[in-house]
Amino acid sequence: MSEDSDTSDTWTLPARGRAGMVGLIFTETSFFAIFVVAYLYYVGKSTSGPTPAAVLHTPILASIVLLSSSWTIVLAMRALRADATGRFARWWLVTFLLGGTFLVLTAREWARLIGHDGLTIATNLFGTTFYTLVGLHALHVTVGLTLIALVFVLTLRGYVDVRHAERTEMLSWYWHFVDGVWVIVFLTVYVVGR
Amino acid sequence: MGVLDRTVPAAEPVAEAPSLVTRLHGWVVTVDHKRLGIMYIVSGILFLLVAGSMATTIRLQLVVPNNHLVPPQVFNRLMTMHGTTMIFLVAIPILFGFGNYLIPLMLGARDLAFPRLNAFGFWLFLFGALLLYFSYLAGDGLSGAGSAPDVGWFAYAPLTERPFSRGSSTDYWILGIALAGIGTTATAVNLLATAASMRCRGMTLGRMPLFVWLMLTSSAQLLIALPPLTAAQVMLLLDRFLGAHFFDTQAGGSAVLWQHFFWLFGHPEVYVLVLPAFGIASEIIPVFSRKPIFGYPVMVAASVGIGLISISVWAHHMFAVGMSPAANSFFIASSFMVAVPTGIKIFNWLATMWGGKIRFTTPMLFCIAFLFQFLCAGLTGVMLAVAPFNWQLTDSYFVVAHFHYVIVGAIVFNIFAGIYYWFPKMTGRMMSERLGRWHFWLMVIGFNLTFGPQHIAGMLGMPRRIYTYEAGRGWEIWNQLSTLGALFQAAAILVFAWNAIVSLRRGAVAGNDPWDAWTLEWSTTSPPPEYNFATLPEVRSRRPLWDLKHPDDPDGPYE
Amino acid sequence: MQSPFRRGSYAGAIALPSPGLPNSRSARRLPPLTPCRENVNGDVVHGASIFAPAGAPADAIQTLSLFVLAITGIIFVIVGGLMVYCLVRYRRRSDDDGREPPQVYGSNPVELAWTVVPIIIVFVLTTTAIRSTYEIQAAPPPPDSLQVRVVGHQWWWEFQYPALGVITANELHIPVSDPAHPTPTYLTLESADVAHSFWVPRLAGKTDVIPNRRNIMWLAPAQSGTYVGQCAEFCGTQHAKMLLRVVVHPADDFARWVQAQRQPAARNPGAEAGRQVFEATACVSCHAVRGTGASGTFGPDLTHLMSRETIGAGAAQNDLANLRDWVEDPNRLKPGVLMPAMQLTQPQLDQVVSYLASLR
Repeated sequence: MSEDSDTSDTWTLPARGRAGMVGLIFTETSFFAIFVVAYLYYVGKSTSGPTPAAVLHTPILASIVLLSSSWTIVLAMRALRADATGRFARWWLVTFLLGGTFLVLTAREWARLIGHDGLTIATNLFGTTFYTLVGLHALHVTVGLTLIALVFVLTLRGYVDVRHAERTEMLSWYWHFVDGVWVIVFLTVYVVGR
Repeated sequence: MGVLDRTVPAAEPVAEAPSLVTRLHGWVVTVDHKRLGIMYIVSGILFLLVAGSMATTIRLQLVVPNNHLVPPQVFNRLMTMHGTTMIFLVAIPILFGFGNYLIPLMLGARDLAFPRLNAFGFWLFLFGALLLYFSYLAGDGLSGAGSAPDVGWFAYAPLTERPFSRGSSTDYWILGIALAGIGTTATAVNLLATAASMRCRGMTLGRMPLFVWLMLTSSAQLLIALPPLTAAQVMLLLDRFLGAHFFDTQAGGSAVLWQHFFWLFGHPEVYVLVLPAFGIASEIIPVFSRKPIFGYPVMVAASVGIGLISISVWAHHMFAVGMSPAANSFFIASSFMVAVPTGIKIFNWLATMWGGKIRFTTPMLFCIAFLFQFLCAGLTGVMLAVAPFNWQLTDSYFVVAHFHYVIVGAIVFNIFAGIYYWFPKMTGRMMSERLGRWHFWLMVIGFNLTFGPQHIAGMLGMPRRIYTYEAGRGWEIWNQLSTLGALFQAAAILVFAWNAIVSLRRGAVAGNDPWDAWTLEWSTTSPPPEYNFATLPEVRSRRPLWDLKHPDDPDGPYE
Repeated sequence: MQSPFRRGSYAGAIALPSPGLPNSRSARRLPPLTPCRENVNGDVVHGASIFAPAGAPADAIQTLSLFVLAITGIIFVIVGGLMVYCLVRYRRRSDDDGREPPQVYGSNPVELAWTVVPIIIVFVLTTTAIRSTYEIQAAPPPPDSLQVRVVGHQWWWEFQYPALGVITANELHIPVSDPAHPTPTYLTLESADVAHSFWVPRLAGKTDVIPNRRNIMWLAPAQSGTYVGQCAEFCGTQHAKMLLRVVVHPADDFARWVQAQRQPAARNPGAEAGRQVFEATACVSCHAVRGTGASGTFGPDLTHLMSRETIGAGAAQNDLANLRDWVEDPNRLKPGVLMPAMQLTQPQLDQVVSYLASLR
């Protein structure tokens, strides 16, 4: 057959990992959306018990902590792509610590709500939807932190370098997604829902 | 050119036959998409036999009024498990099994994007399925009430809340389905990533076989539509175990919210099932009409359009819930909108056959029956989209008839077509045409006899999901015909199972391309080697094998 | 929730025969339009075809349905006919030369045509459907409509007439509605437990009965008689035997029925022993008998039990033998029912049944 213009020498397709992670984020977005819808649907419909305005304190510090971890993970990825594994490990650790701090702050907020304000998942519709939505997000943060910790341990043992930048990038995409979800959760629970 | 290597060397002979244990072990640890695809399909067929026996029992119970074959508790479990099994454990695995098997071959790739994720998805699906069935043994729970789930396959709240659903049966429904669903989600992500990243040279998106397009649309829909079900199930689980109030109407919770979430999943789900079935027909009908599919670009657009619009129609399952006229009107409009691209596809298939030379092989027979039956199903769907008419027809046997015309008449018939068509590729042997014809005619007669009369029973006021009915309502004859049809269908399935088993051993050797087809899977051996292609192909059109067989008249300039 | 009643002329209004109270002794026969059977009083219970409407809004739905069936029927004949023709005309002949037929990839004008025509059909059907939806659902009720509060239970129907001081079960008695001067009945639907659905095909489409939600529907039957329906949303073990009957009375008959129902329970000295058993055992924790100490609300009101055709929401005819069976062990007639077997001795059973039989 004669030459064909549409099969040039370069036949480039998106990387598998990127396509896969996009798929995962896509489906997780749909998942979270349903919990957000349920939260908004039930705003103001509790028949008794504590109300959001009465017991919720806006988590400014936690939000700053979590969202800045998105920035630090970007710095870590830049370092890894430049094969600066030492700098990568440091920013990666900072990311982990910021995420961990977020979880600790969330745990403290829950302890106060349960112990002091008497709000549990079974108290009323507010309790049900609050703990479910915030808890689901915290679960995703935990999964992310576990994977970040795993990569950190591998880095310490010298197994991670620029060749793994693409895969690590996919984990960072997941982390950005989790932070993005926090923005939505924050707006839903602490702004719109209050 | 000529990169498509049609002279693939035969598989090398092994020094000694591997033992049975070694062979089984190979299947258990495999990450090969072909084996996993076959495992999905075989699992689905086994569950088809189980759920089909349930259906036969249901029909025997309903054959006469006031029957006592099974008590109501058993009947309600049967109808729940029948529906749940057929949707989640038969249709999904078989269709995604086909996708698993065929997509890398059709795209000229060696495997899916994530082979280990593929294996994980299959075993998670199987685990979820077995967990659901474990409920028969352990659904009693601590309070000694319960067995398999008995709340209907859509498990409306608050019937599923603790006070009304004691024991653990509902919990098994939740967990089994949720886990199986995660497995399917993993496969959907895998298929999409494969199509994005692993097409062979020259295989632009516009040159992918229609089956691939339809599987991709179905997968994308699944990614959007399955999470609402999983989310609702999580909420129900929290209600049942942690005292949450999502669907607890005593505490202000909403029963209708469950319905919205469920149907947000449930309606796209049926398109998730029907689109791959359309894909199978879109591969088979052209080959046995000896013409390319008519209007490929519009077929793609219609498929994607169906996928998108179908996400906006869900509350047409809820016309009787008491939504406002404005809300009802929105869903009337969106439901009618989705009918347009669906109807167009029927015309495209018709135009594909028009002017061709139709060969009535078994796969083609099943596809032809699909066309007629899907026409019926689509038209009864149109009737159901008219909300006031729906107020009479919903929750009656008319709806049961409608959706069985879709799920059996369109989807299962296309599944059979696909099995007869690709069995040679998967096993290297042809299925018997003679037994295939028996299977086909028993199935056509049985299917239409079972579900045709149910339209009438519904219009005569027979509600669905009832374990018995009183005499004198005029329903007897339609139920008798329906049960008779079920017996024909049972015979058909037995003939099919026999055909499959016998052909595996003694079917005629198939060769690479027994049907004289045009897509890439027919360019390699039957069955293909583990690596699929000796050299990865390079394509110039939608029908690479047509180009090879007709080098003087390739497809490219005409597309 | 919007009021659904539509005043004015009805499509397909049916002229009134006027046969009188269905439960009286004289056995009139209404012309059967659908398969039907006789009940124990010799009256005729009509079948439940949606194509035998006996009033609004079922007749409006039927008109719309016939229109839709006509269009879909025509489409089926045309497309199906083309398919059959194609299969016959373009089958491969036995003397085929083996050459491939002309390879046709598409045709813009053809595809445009078969896109435009369905869009037109869809547009017509959509607008018709929407118009009918508004007509049935979104019209204000007239001030003199009868109000009935329907409460769905597992597995029976409760009917309360708040303005009239009447509470019954499983049989909804309403007045006939003359299309020229409509007197519709306006139902609010609530559930005490799970989701149900109220469906009497010859009178109206179904409306779901959902806990924590009030739905509204209306009936304006033009023909008196008894219309059978049943629950149409799976609600548990005995969903199949949650029947209901709508008994449509001419106006003066309906007033007489209301009067009879408002009376407290008949006091029959011969049934005194049974009444004492009834009130001493747990019966009163679930059942009410107005004029006595029994005021339970979990189960049906029994004040005028014997005025009903069936027991167990259609599970069996309301006669002494079935009544006895029911009280002894309801599970025999309706397996899984929530009423327990009352563990009465045989003498107690006889007494209770004769007491119940006195509640006319």
